[in-house]
Amino acid sequence: MKKCVIGLIAGLMTTAAVPALANESVTAGAEDPKQWTMQLSNYAGTSYSELDEINKENVGDLQVDWTFSTGVLRGHEGSPLVIDDVMYVHTPFPNMVYALDLNDEGRILWRYTPEQNPDVIGVMCCDTVNRGVAAADGMIFLNQADTTLVALDAKTGEVKWSVKNGDPTKGETATATPLVVGDKIFVGISGGEYGVRGHMTAYNIADGSLAWRAYSTGPDEDMLVDPEKTTVLGKPIGADSSLNSWEGDQWQIGGGTTWGWTTYDPELNLIYYGTGNPSTWNPSQRPGDNKWSMTIMARDPDTGMAKWFYQKTPHDEWDYDGVNENILVDQEIDGEMRKLLVNMDRNGFGYTLDRETGELLVAEKYDPKVNWATHVEMDPNSDQYGRPQVVAEFSTEQNGEDTNSTGICPAALGSKDQQPAAYSPKTGLFYVPTNHVCMDYEPFRVSYTAGQPYVGATLSMFPAPDSHGGMGNFIAWDATKGEIKWSLPEQFSVWSGALATAGDVVFYGTLEGYLKAIDSETGEELYKFKTPSGIIGNVFTYEHDGKQYVGVLSGVGGWAGIGLAAGLTNANDGLGAVGGYAALSDYTALGGQLTVFTLPSST
Amino acid sequence: MRRAAPLLALGLFIAGAAHAQTEVNVDPVSEDGVRWFNSDEIPTFKIAEDGTVDWPTFSGYRRYHAECHVCHGPDGEGSTYAPALKKSALNLDYYDFIAAVTGGKQAINAAQNQVMPAFGTNPNVMCYVDDIYTYLRARGVEALPRGRPAKRAEKSEAFAEAEKACMEG
Repeated sequence: MKKCVIGLIAGLMTTAAVPALANESVTAGAEDPKQWTMQLSNYAGTSYSELDEINKENVGDLQVDWTFSTGVLRGHEGSPLVIDDVMYVHTPFPNMVYALDLNDEGRILWRYTPEQNPDVIGVMCCDTVNRGVAAADGMIFLNQADTTLVALDAKTGEVKWSVKNGDPTKGETATATPLVVGDKIFVGISGGEYGVRGHMTAYNIADGSLAWRAYSTGPDEDMLVDPEKTTVLGKPIGADSSLNSWEGDQWQIGGGTTWGWTTYDPELNLIYYGTGNPSTWNPSQRPGDNKWSMTIMARDPDTGMAKWFYQKTPHDEWDYDGVNENILVDQEIDGEMRKLLVNMDRNGFGYTLDRETGELLVAEKYDPKVNWATHVEMDPNSDQYGRPQVVAEFSTEQNGEDTNSTGICPAALGSKDQQPAAYSPKTGLFYVPTNHVCMDYEPFRVSYTAGQPYVGATLSMFPAPDSHGGMGNFIAWDATKGEIKWSLPEQFSVWSGALATAGDVVFYGTLEGYLKAIDSETGEELYKFKTPSGIIGNVFTYEHDGKQYVGVLSGVGGWAGIGLAAGLTNANDGLGAVGGYAALSDYTALGGQLTVFTLPSST
Repeated sequence: MRRAAPLLALGLFIAGAAHAQTEVNVDPVSEDGVRWFNSDEIPTFKIAEDGTVDWPTFSGYRRYHAECHVCHGPDGEGSTYAPALKKSALNLDYYDFIAAVTGGKQAINAAQNQVMPAFGTNPNVMCYVDDIYTYLRARGVEALPRGRPAKRAEKSEAFAEAEKACMEG
């Protein structure tokens, strides 16, 4: 992000020179803060807006301006887009899209209701969420639950083309938002709990034809890696890097799905995304490092060829999917400006890498309760370089099948799940919604059946012990040092994506349903409003007719709604405490609704 | 195993319809070496005075929290996504319960989109469906508190044999 443009009137902003490779309509949209044209605000994934009419002085006066019911009761992740006075609102299954006319009090211009076989609902592991649509070149792109990628005419809602990216009868489903770069669109796939072999796939936006597919596991040619040129921590990846890290052909049902967020650096011309857990959750059944599950991948968007990989959790033993967003920022480390990639991983470590080379710069815990590893080895001369140093007590592999490993932090939810963090170039800080939950985990043997769950572990979760008793924190993180600047305790996991603005305000939602605004410098709470249902959507902002608006989708659900609805218990606390923790169902109920806020006209 | 659920024929599902339970019959009266049964010869749990849970019911706890909890929430309590099975296991006739697990369930309409998948071909579920059933019944009548059962009986040889036969069969 450019620090110099802060305070400029949005309409006067000039378009920065970008290589032709970035999609021009996407770049232009992202650089106009009046619009919200991408799920994470921009290619860098900062969830930051230059709008500053709503600022820390007046945000306390915020009022609800208008609302919209989506008509769907399931968990609402992602956010609407705002493009040229039209708002595009997506829903969970059945994955409707509404185009709302902001010039006509939100009148519905068109709605798209796909026809999908409802059987897909039964193979979506953790609610029928969808993380939103993408837009480019007059089209709206929807990644439906049944893996149909569809291009809609942004003006009419008519289907221009559609393509099937997977097979739900094998447990392949879709929840991720697509990303458009140049003339291609990238989509990931979900189904790590069904033994799905993950891949990132590029389609041509003109007609939906396949451009390339890069699998997360398997032979080099399937993964689009070059044994010599693709690097891992600065060294060539070598031949058969994935095949050598599995027993037999287990990689074929080995997971590494790609259900998180994708970001892009136009200058380096690289896309970044992460891969999920290896299947099954029973680590003893899949010896080896299980490459390239749990990995940050940097690829050339034109060819799919991998530039570098970094595996965060080799041989996962806890379901710490590595799919969280990779936020691209330029910051100073040791007096030198670096092109950074910041990843707040589910495993509880915040990673800072050089996004050009994949060099590991910082890896520190962003929740002090994280205990499954002591640290990540940072000495390039060590044979453990880049690897987390696992604590035997919390190793479900070392404790073995049919043994209950207790008190592991974080829980399988991760210290953070899919909910995207935000970055403010004004403070240089990351604002991270987190989970503060630990678990007991007992792996056992399971057999694989296509299209059936392939889990192989029992787990029970509870709030982090010896802490504030809540299940979440909202933190400010310095990624150059790997330090928590401040931490706000929350009763429940914070499962909403954050928004940072040039008004020195950070917004986030809570599972009880509050939209909160805090001071980006101090974390002081400046405003809160309880929306109709718990928030797992991402806060977004736009300007219309000269006024700034802030909006968010409510609609409790997702993994959070499933795990926390009835509250958590901790068997290790003894009988007295069982049922002693807050139940989300005591605070909120289902309901999909958009709430849009603005300042009163008189101020 | 007297009630080898995976082997149940379709005919049983039809025969078992509409047995609304007025009183929950969970008392264990007989045992076949694998598990306990009530007076209707339906699988049930047995919890000793010191709180020791029979192995199959403990196994049900374990399998529930691998296969079922990602939709139905911890401890059979239900979630934002799917109903509380500790209640369903009391309200549903045994055979209806088995039919729902085997063949799945759908409720698709303007108000909801609920789909329970069919687990009939999944040995990780079907070989343990009676275990899951007795676990959920124990939760339903609150004979078991939330969380992992503190004490459990050892796995019997007969159970291990039946398990092996089912998983490999």
